[in-house]
Amino acid sequence: MSELTALTLAGALEGLRARRFSSAELTQAHLAAIEAARRLNAFVVETREKAMAMAGEADARLAAGDAGPLTGAPIGIKDLFCTQGVASTAGSRILAGFIPTYESTVTANLWRDGAVMLGKLNMDEFAMGSSNETSAHGPVINPWRSRTSNKALSPGGSSGGSAAAVAADLVLAATATDTGGSIRQPASLTGTVGMKPTYGRCSRWGIVAFASSLDQAGPLAKTVEDAAILLRSMSGHDAKDSTSLPAQVPDFPAFVGKSVKGLRVGVPMEYHVEGMPAEIEALWARGVDWLKDAGCEIVEVSLPHTRYALPAYYIIAPAEASSNLARYDGMRYGLRVEAPTLREVYEQTRAAGFGEEVRRRVLIGTYVLSAGYYDAYYLKALKVRRRIADDFAEVFQSVDALLTPTAPSAAFGLGERSADPIAMYLNDIFTVTVNLAGLPAISVPGALDASGLPLGLQVIGRALDEGTIFSLAAALEKAAAFRAKPDRWWTL
Amino acid sequence: MAIDADTVRKVAMLARIRVDEARLEPLAAELSGILGWIEQLREVDTDGVEPMTSAVAVALPMRDDVVTEGGEANSVLANAPKARNGFFVAPKVVE
Repeated sequence: MSELTALTLAGALEGLRARRFSSAELTQAHLAAIEAARRLNAFVVETREKAMAMAGEADARLAAGDAGPLTGAPIGIKDLFCTQGVASTAGSRILAGFIPTYESTVTANLWRDGAVMLGKLNMDEFAMGSSNETSAHGPVINPWRSRTSNKALSPGGSSGGSAAAVAADLVLAATATDTGGSIRQPASLTGTVGMKPTYGRCSRWGIVAFASSLDQAGPLAKTVEDAAILLRSMSGHDAKDSTSLPAQVPDFPAFVGKSVKGLRVGVPMEYHVEGMPAEIEALWARGVDWLKDAGCEIVEVSLPHTRYALPAYYIIAPAEASSNLARYDGMRYGLRVEAPTLREVYEQTRAAGFGEEVRRRVLIGTYVLSAGYYDAYYLKALKVRRRIADDFAEVFQSVDALLTPTAPSAAFGLGERSADPIAMYLNDIFTVTVNLAGLPAISVPGALDASGLPLGLQVIGRALDEGTIFSLAAALEKAAAFRAKPDRWWTL
Repeated sequence: MAIDADTVRKVAMLARIRVDEARLEPLAAELSGILGWIEQLREVDTDGVEPMTSAVAVALPMRDDVVTEGGEANSVLANAPKARNGFFVAPKVVE
């Protein structure tokens, strides 16, 4: 669109502070790009007036020499975050018309630091999905297309709107959330950087709950440095979330560009899964070489319970979801279908308001928590979860981080996997382990495959050691020199 | 463990989601497929393993039992499909 939308977040912040352009100009350029990209369906709400008002305030702060870490930078917000006075639907019909009267802690932190809100970004319903196809607003279209076909591809999910908006230069960066891979898998499928921090790093207060012991907010951005800048502002202890960690927030951007010489990086052999495309194996091997060249020591390690992570997740996440989603009762907010009795109001409201995948997961969750099945399913899954966390604890005694692919495939066509729930669930095979263990991980673009679609590499770190991850990710980013951008076919 | 239509009906009732009779059998097949795939967890030896109930090993913090925010009845009710006189309105449950 314009040179201003091609900037990175770091570049834009520098330009704003040097007064080379105003936040109003920068915001206007992004609003124009958003308008021209409506066929991507990345936005569910465009907050154009609010954006220009916030940009005006930012320009006043910049003029007064009172700029915060993000002052004047226009960003997008996943529709899972409650934003005061701006519709927040979590991609669901059941929250149609819901306008929060409060602001989530993470977004409040971003506004405190001066960011400008461009709008709310499309997502899978209640973050349940890996393709954005479960959204009540319709799927997001990936800005990337294969070299050989104009077929519409999925940007991944559930943060598909955030990933597509970043990839298409509609926003400088975006917030996202990750319960089983919902930041990292879309990052991999759109050639962007996505970071899921340690569980408890970002407050969950005001984020619509899916699976509370797994949900964690994080950034989607154009570069590793941008992700570090956004995460620094999103993070911090919050008394309103009892699982928020009372830990200092490190200066994450300071870890970008730091030497990784001497770090020990593990390569888990269980991530060589059957049927993985040779190009992903090859990229992984290249990633190993890049880190070796940067001075890392590479060690083969074993995480023996890896293959049980997805089935354990598909007990734990639906169980927590069935409990969290009990609040949608047609009484307090959202949709209500009138019926003669209270029970019929509940049943018809929830049947009409929840989409197919959400209904399926609530039913599974209710089943595994019901009398007679609780021990066999739910308790068993919690024990397997402990085994998976112990696997990581053991390898992190001898390595500083792990390197894996992010997703088992490149972007796939809309509709290609939606008929088979298990095939869709397998998208998260490399990402979900980290959520179960509460660890931080990032996805960095590594290369394009033969059909011109991006593939990502994942770096996993110790709890609260996002700094090391940012250093390693920056080393990979530098070596990969991934500069490809999608053709702007959507503006034609 | 295979789920039959009767089990789906019972679980749907517990979850308070209306499911049409015609959808019970197909849903039973779908859910059985997913639970069948989950069955592989039985292979994992979990004898003596403590269930992991929290993602990070920290004790839940306690806070003083005092009102922090209050007097917000209007904002609490702002999104209610039906509200009257400062209350949510639900269908009559007692004759």
